[in-house]
Amino acid sequence: MMKTLRLSIIAFLFLPLVLQAEDIPFEFERADHEQRYKELVDELRCMVCQNQTLADSHAPLAQDLRNEVYRMIIEDQQKQDIVDFLVQRYGDFVLYKPPLKNTTLLLWFGPFLLLLIASAVGFSLVRSRAKVVPEELNQAQKERLRQLLDEQDSNKAS
Amino acid sequence: MQLRYVLPLLIFVGLVILFVVGMQMDPRRVPSPLIGKPLPEFDLAQLHDQTQSLDKSMFLGEVVLINFWASWCVSCRYEHPILLEYARSGNASIYGMNYKDTRSDALNWLKEYANPYRLSAFDPEGRTGIDFGLYGVPETYVVDQKGIIRYKHIGPISQEDMKNKIEPLVEELKAQTKSN
Repeated sequence: MMKTLRLSIIAFLFLPLVLQAEDIPFEFERADHEQRYKELVDELRCMVCQNQTLADSHAPLAQDLRNEVYRMIIEDQQKQDIVDFLVQRYGDFVLYKPPLKNTTLLLWFGPFLLLLIASAVGFSLVRSRAKVVPEELNQAQKERLRQLLDEQDSNKAS
Repeated sequence: MQLRYVLPLLIFVGLVILFVVGMQMDPRRVPSPLIGKPLPEFDLAQLHDQTQSLDKSMFLGEVVLINFWASWCVSCRYEHPILLEYARSGNASIYGMNYKDTRSDALNWLKEYANPYRLSAFDPEGRTGIDFGLYGVPETYVVDQKGIIRYKHIGPISQEDMKNKIEPLVEELKAQTKSN
């Protein structure tokens, strides 16, 4: 009884692996076409559920766009042409990897800028901490220190 | 007060402001690359009469709204009375694009809720939808006299959207050609 339960729970956990999107599997006669298709649907964003690629999405629009990509590949259109077709209609946002443009400069270099700022702050913090030099003891304190050390030494000796 | 105590507070307040603004932005509102571009070519059968076709030459020269809708689309029902009222005002014609629907469902829907469209095209495969960069239904495009897309509204049109965005834009576009 327990064993069946355990097995079925394990089987249940593997369910997401089996339930991949790809509602209609496409047939390709040429291996390079199939390769091109796989590359494209992994690089293009589903515009309805925006954090999924076309390959992952179950949205009807994603299925339509997969059909469209398939149709164009069968017509032997090149990758760039297909990407252009979709960018023309849906904008750069359809690309998971945005092109380097004036409007995307911050997107591309923002993280490096933040890293630069963070390391500058970190560096100056470390520097300012290193500068803290312990204060010089005054005469009376030095005297007291010597006394304490002497006491300790004599305690050890005895 | 020392800066080192105030600074974390300032950073925190800044972050809160960023989050609040970010949460109020709709990620679906991605600017369409088609704004300012000519309406894509299409040639579809009409919904009411499949022997007739509908293409953009039929409304070039006037400012029109193009509304993608479907009988299965719940939020289309929400914007329907607003479209109907606008169509009855006579300010601009609305052309319907029936998206991924069946002819009989679409016709029944229009019969049941009244028809705001001057003409409707039938796009059962959603192929024309892709050419329009459509995400889903409803979506509405404002097209000027030269067939240039001036505005795209994603999702249902509310009363406010109609009053504050679409109506003024249509009037502005109509005034522009009169002065030319």
